[in-house]
Amino acid sequence: MNDDSRARILARIAAALGRDSSLAASTAAANYARIARDYRAANGKSGRFILDLFVRRLHEYDAACTHVASHADLPAAIASTLASRSMARLAFVSGIPADWLPQGWDFRAAESLSVHELDRVAGILTGCTVAIAETGSIVLQSDPRQGLRRHTLIPDIHLCVVLESQIVASVPQAFPHLVPDLPTTFISGPSATADIEMTRIRGVHGPRTLHVLLVAD
Amino acid sequence: MKPEPTHWNRQDFPDAARKELAEKPSSEAPFAHSQTRRNVRNATDIIQAKRNAVVAELPEWQDLRTAGAAIRAHTLEHLDHYLLEFEANCTRNGGHVHWAADAAEARKLVLEILAPHAPREILKIKTMTSEEIGLNAFLEEHGIHPLETDLAELIVQMGKDRPSHFVVPALHKSRGQIRDLFARAMQQPHLSDAPEALTAAARDYLRQKFLSTRVAISGANFLLADTGGVCIVESEGNGRMCLTLPDVLISIVGIEKVLPSFQDLDVFLQILPRSATGERMNPYNSIWSGAPNDDGPREFHVILLDNGRSPILAEDESRQTLRCIRCAACLNACPVYHQTGGHAYESVYAGPIGAILTPQLHSMEAAQSLPYASSLCGACYEVCPVAINIPEVLIHLRGKIVEQEQSTIGGRLSFWNIAMKSAAFLMQDGDRLQAAVHLAQTAQRPLISRNGFIEWLPGMLNGWTKTRDLPALPAESFRDWWRRTRSTNPSLHPHTEQRSESCHE
Repeated sequence: MNDDSRARILARIAAALGRDSSLAASTAAANYARIARDYRAANGKSGRFILDLFVRRLHEYDAACTHVASHADLPAAIASTLASRSMARLAFVSGIPADWLPQGWDFRAAESLSVHELDRVAGILTGCTVAIAETGSIVLQSDPRQGLRRHTLIPDIHLCVVLESQIVASVPQAFPHLVPDLPTTFISGPSATADIEMTRIRGVHGPRTLHVLLVAD
Repeated sequence: MKPEPTHWNRQDFPDAARKELAEKPSSEAPFAHSQTRRNVRNATDIIQAKRNAVVAELPEWQDLRTAGAAIRAHTLEHLDHYLLEFEANCTRNGGHVHWAADAAEARKLVLEILAPHAPREILKIKTMTSEEIGLNAFLEEHGIHPLETDLAELIVQMGKDRPSHFVVPALHKSRGQIRDLFARAMQQPHLSDAPEALTAAARDYLRQKFLSTRVAISGANFLLADTGGVCIVESEGNGRMCLTLPDVLISIVGIEKVLPSFQDLDVFLQILPRSATGERMNPYNSIWSGAPNDDGPREFHVILLDNGRSPILAEDESRQTLRCIRCAACLNACPVYHQTGGHAYESVYAGPIGAILTPQLHSMEAAQSLPYASSLCGACYEVCPVAINIPEVLIHLRGKIVEQEQSTIGGRLSFWNIAMKSAAFLMQDGDRLQAAVHLAQTAQRPLISRNGFIEWLPGMLNGWTKTRDLPALPAESFRDWWRRTRSTNPSLHPHTEQRSESCHE
């Protein structure tokens, strides 16, 4: 039945468009290439401006942000974040550099944890693929530095390391950094809802806290 | 034509709107009606203001809108090509692609996919296509409980209500009404009505369900032909839970939702959130293709739903309807929606876009009153991020409805057809028009009230005066005045005198 429906739908589309369906493929690529992309020329901003804008957006989303002066200072910054949030057990994704992790804490590799175990850790530590200043977004792709999608979904606190060099100005500038086939998640602040009388409430089902460690590099 | 749930098909828009607006408060809900209207106005005003602010800050907004319209128009012109490309790439990545010609076929496919898993309960992410095919009621009939996980959809489901807006489906409900629903359904009699407390209650209620339910059903915002990808845009994280944790995921998606390329998201992930919720970016966007290794459901199905869409491609004027990305900006901007709310449209798809989409999905055989549910003010076109000229489509559809009526004997002899034909006949010729006006000036005399207005008209014309008064025709018509003041002595021209006077002011 399904094959019949497939043929029927394709035939109906071709008939409605008034042509043979085999014609579509030959003209599609050429017509697609003609679409104007003027919007990509916008936003030539760079440097300090982009960094400040990204930080401002994080604050607007109620995300926390800690500035870290260099890679070498990262373990100390992570340790003080864990202490200030009284987080005992933290999961990390195994592809992050080993020298990010401070000594003396109970770290678990996220890959070894079940869904229910992930629900019991205090938080998760990951890197990111790219960050977007204009929208305050962090993009994660399924790779060892950012883990699988469930790793950044179930724990209640997400500590995300963003290198200053990973921040781009706008959404179109982020796309060349992405591998199209990988599972991808754009995160813009902690989960939120405005379903009740349009009052924005932070923290529904995703992590209720997003804490960015912004590393100068 | 089988009755399908897209159009609830109970009554025409004017009757439904009158009921929505004049519904009598009951003893159980003394302020029900005025409360609902206040809620709708409040919500649409807030979203509209946020949308305007975040759109204004992008100098390239019109370029984005032009590109969004061009990409969607291009896709529709090559829709068969892009659907086949999507199918090939999604299948290559381990997904299963199914094609459903109509709602019944889509429901049957869902049941077949679910059969080997025999679930008693499944999770759902807010999806318009599921509403369109009446999936929840169908699953219940087959002993499967669909649990809505979007906060607003959960509110609608618990209240046995209908969604009234596609982005914020429960915007007609106030916190007190939501508290009462939750307190009963979650057995928490002491729940407060603070939005924070209500949201936290929903989180606790759904948490274990997310971690243990094996099957989820979603819609999709976009399909990506070149990667076989699916993109879902959301805020709460219930979407990510459903897309990531279950073993089986079924996405039911209208055939028009495909985009040529992953790269095109660089337009749509800008225009959709800004138009839909007035955010620069919504909290979460998920993009994946097929059944990725260990990252997400092991079994992934896409059901491509036609259900009346393909014939809409046939005419240039109506084809643009299918560009829609369901941002609902046109609902928030519409003065009619602002007054009536979503339920008056008696359709899954409310507001201006619903007024053009619903009757077309039914081959113009249902919901014929909806294209008239508009003052043609054009606010919907102005805010549409893919530049759908909704007023143009409304007029086109009104024309089709008239043609349809004129094609039957009853329609040809109907009051409106005769009235319109007569009006056309009279207005084609100045002398005829003048004769008619003089006749009307005499005929109206017994109907004019003391206040100078006509408050009651007989027969079919009563439809007009039932809700508004008609100003009486003046004793002297414009044509008579023109003839009296101008045509006898063209040199005496009041126009020029007035002008020179105004210059001295």
